[in-house]
Amino acid sequence: MKSRGSRLASIGVWALGACVAAAGFAAWPAALAPPEERYASPLELLLSPNGTRLYVLCQGTGEVRVLNAATGRVLSTIPVGREPRGFSFSPGGARLFVVNSWDDTVTVIDTENNRAVATWKTGYEPSSVVEDRAGKLVYIADRIGNDVAVLNAATGAEEATLPAGRGASYLTLAADGSKLYATHIYPNPTPHRTPPRSEITVIDPAHARVIERLPLPSIAGVFHAAVSRDGRLGVVAELHPKNLVPMAHVEHGGVLGNTLTVFGPDVGRTVEVPLDEMDRYYALPFGVAIALDKSRIYVTHAGADCVTVVDTRRLIAWIRAHPEPFAEDLSASGHYVVARITVGKNPRGLVLSRDGSRLYVANRLDDTISVIDTRAARVVQTIRLAGPAKVSALRRGEQTFYTAKYAFQGQFGCSSCHIDSTFDGLQWDLEPDGFGKDIVDNRLLEDLRGTEPFKWNGGNPSIAVECGPRTEKYFWRSQTFDDRTLTDLVLYIRHLPLRPNRWLAANGELSPAQERGRAIFNRSVDKLGQPIPDHNRCAYCHSGSKGTSQKSFDVGTGKATDNSSVFDTPQLMNIALTAPYLHDGSAETLEEIWTVYNPHDQHGRTNDLTKDELNDLIEYLRTR
Amino acid sequence: MTKSVCIAVLLLAGTLSGQRTSHSTQAPHAVRGTASAPSVAALPRYRFENFTTANGLPDDHVFSVLVDGPRVWAGTENGLAEYENGQWKTFTTADGLAHRAVLSLALDSRTGDVWAGTMGGLSRISGGRIDTYTQLNSGLSSDVVYGVSVEGENVWIATAAGACRLNTRTGEWSLYTERNTPMEEIWAYGVSAAADKVYYAIWGSGLLEYNQKTRVWDKYDDPDGENEIVLLKDQGLIHEIVTSVSYVDGVVWAATYFGASHYDGRYWRNFLTKDSGLPSNFLNFVKGVDRNRAWFCTDKGLAYYDGINWAVYRPDLDTGKPEMTVRDAQGRVTVIPVTTAPAHNYILAVALAGSDIWVATAKGLSHGIYQP
Repeated sequence: MKSRGSRLASIGVWALGACVAAAGFAAWPAALAPPEERYASPLELLLSPNGTRLYVLCQGTGEVRVLNAATGRVLSTIPVGREPRGFSFSPGGARLFVVNSWDDTVTVIDTENNRAVATWKTGYEPSSVVEDRAGKLVYIADRIGNDVAVLNAATGAEEATLPAGRGASYLTLAADGSKLYATHIYPNPTPHRTPPRSEITVIDPAHARVIERLPLPSIAGVFHAAVSRDGRLGVVAELHPKNLVPMAHVEHGGVLGNTLTVFGPDVGRTVEVPLDEMDRYYALPFGVAIALDKSRIYVTHAGADCVTVVDTRRLIAWIRAHPEPFAEDLSASGHYVVARITVGKNPRGLVLSRDGSRLYVANRLDDTISVIDTRAARVVQTIRLAGPAKVSALRRGEQTFYTAKYAFQGQFGCSSCHIDSTFDGLQWDLEPDGFGKDIVDNRLLEDLRGTEPFKWNGGNPSIAVECGPRTEKYFWRSQTFDDRTLTDLVLYIRHLPLRPNRWLAANGELSPAQERGRAIFNRSVDKLGQPIPDHNRCAYCHSGSKGTSQKSFDVGTGKATDNSSVFDTPQLMNIALTAPYLHDGSAETLEEIWTVYNPHDQHGRTNDLTKDELNDLIEYLRTR
Repeated sequence: MTKSVCIAVLLLAGTLSGQRTSHSTQAPHAVRGTASAPSVAALPRYRFENFTTANGLPDDHVFSVLVDGPRVWAGTENGLAEYENGQWKTFTTADGLAHRAVLSLALDSRTGDVWAGTMGGLSRISGGRIDTYTQLNSGLSSDVVYGVSVEGENVWIATAAGACRLNTRTGEWSLYTERNTPMEEIWAYGVSAAADKVYYAIWGSGLLEYNQKTRVWDKYDDPDGENEIVLLKDQGLIHEIVTSVSYVDGVVWAATYFGASHYDGRYWRNFLTKDSGLPSNFLNFVKGVDRNRAWFCTDKGLAYYDGINWAVYRPDLDTGKPEMTVRDAQGRVTVIPVTTAPAHNYILAVALAGSDIWVATAKGLSHGIYQP
């Protein structure tokens, strides 16, 4: 085991290396932007055990701000790592753990003096953290790792990694500490063109074992979970995509549902219930909290700028009185939703005061905290966090990206499918191509400059076209962007940065396998000594620093349902993250691109390769 | 060595080994480092409870068995069975299992996940979810997975097309074949991984050793070469056709179709029916308990070696009646009266469960309940 000193030193070197690697990025992450442009972007909230201090996780500035919970006055500011995404207290509140998703680290803060006392290395893109009740183990959900890492609470040494759902991101510990619930934002792999599947991973935190996986059928995109104090009722916020049918029925709610799944002894099973209404949708349910007396469930809607209040008693009564399924019964929510409280822009994390009289909500995109009187069900105070006075064009673009207000009845926004500005792991049947035609895999939005044109058929020459007329025509069905809004949105999307590549060493050096793979990628002669035609070389189509020639080719992957078998060459950056592959997502893994879908060497000359050589090629691709 | 020659010799050896030896005059060598000689009376006795399709097992042909606390996993020809709280539950391809025939099992002791090597790929069973890796959807070298072992974040796999390693953190697959190891045949039958070394049992190519620190492969061969006559008995591996390996406490136990070997890093010690308590030289599996003790799974019964003495548990080869025999350091064989035995004498695997054992046989799974 490394000493703390050497561990910190290695982290320092690693971070420096990551910065060097980042030099080629299209944009710096928010936390590294010039100070005058750094918005706090509050993402998650905690109250100190005595309820007097409000801890605010500021994703944009990379810090934790400690506020007087009553007045909102800043008591302390604690710098943490890049793109912090989750935090939690140790059982007694003596330590605060913060996970830094771009650094793959945990910052350990002594809450007595509000200073960082340790930095631990963890898995790929840590997004949530919880310590067990015994104070022995720290659990961390790793979004890219698709796992829950188990760290020794005293040393930070990793003891195990538990396989979780794909895109593991949020952890919730039962009040008695007996169970830990993990949720994930991307669906688990399923056969092509079958309904998505997700899960609630239930962990025994005392023994670091997965004891159950509660199935979430037809769900893709699961966010926070909450469990009642008595442990008898659990709830998760989630998305219910309808991606197997043509996106032709926006007016009938045929694109995305915004739902909860409730579980636990109070309901006896897992039950999905809608949050939307007949003529109004509440996009991107994100944070959830259950009142101490279990009378209410509170849900933030990151795309609808509001908090939904559910009457728990009515909800359970309704569930018991109606046979399933009713996830798509938009009349249902009227029976148990008792309030919709408007808050700030892009509300995310929320926390209830100890007595349950106040609900604090972090509004990520306007740097405010809404304080809700839970009895009156209205905002009684808005705490403004320090930051730039001016709302920049970039910031306005981000607000546009996350709101669902432009879509018909507020059904969805850009971020409903590009979750946290990435992708959703799904394939969609977009209407204009014809019903059942041109099924397309959703692509990652990172470092897009220089990857034009867009769409799999290469039909859109720029982001402005992609997000302008195209979007207005058949996505929103309603309000269009004005020129400034579109310009801001394009600016934001063009500046979405490339996250650090976890498979490339900090110093940029390739491993022997990656080096062998690079040689295969760049080769011009096959193993039989025959020249490989230009168009059949990996590096010809996937050329340049981003791995795309920006041209379209027929690589033999067209299907009978495709209008054309000529496809845009996708960029390769962070390709390891974006399974499934090919234009329609038919290749479950990178391997299948060549083991299944390249029988005639049209997608590069690969059939002369042995299995280990193919593995080498993939190892190299994952460094791109 | 060509497989056809091996198989021909194997058949001959199998015939020869079928001649029962009731008494041997050659005393077994004491294992170096043994502090005190165990007594014959201390050899463990069991009451065997047998499971077949009649009481919940999905198939009587059991290739592999694994014990994790109160859970017992049985890899059968028709699915993976889990036994807990007196109930059997079966996982099949409908649940996502790679193939119905489960050849090997390994536990990730850090997570409780079970890895199953099948005739159609590798599956991980985690909290009821099954993730499957095949030669088409992953870097796995072959879908025929004979052996699997977990060490830290690495899963080591023995396949019909060589050895593999999956790094569960990075997802990287590393393949090891004749091209980058001293492996001459690529038919990897078994694997045993530890923090310092990883051993592969290679069918027809001896024992392969990977040093985790130096990342260098080494190879142990039968010093008699491809001869089936043992000229140099304790000078090296007993035979090239290695079917199973178990690395424990810095000691390698190897099973072959022509006897068993024990290697402590310096000295070899080999076991044959003619000079040990092995009931047959045809071994399917070996499980080391520690430096001195091991279980041997043969085609003629289950054998236990305590470093000095031997015990054999099986149904009598002629009558099928339960049988237990012990053989002491002087080669004296004593019959112990017993009323139960493993379900069949063709033993494919054994797993330890505290004082108890679980035994995979060709005709059912047996729970050996220790009798103090």
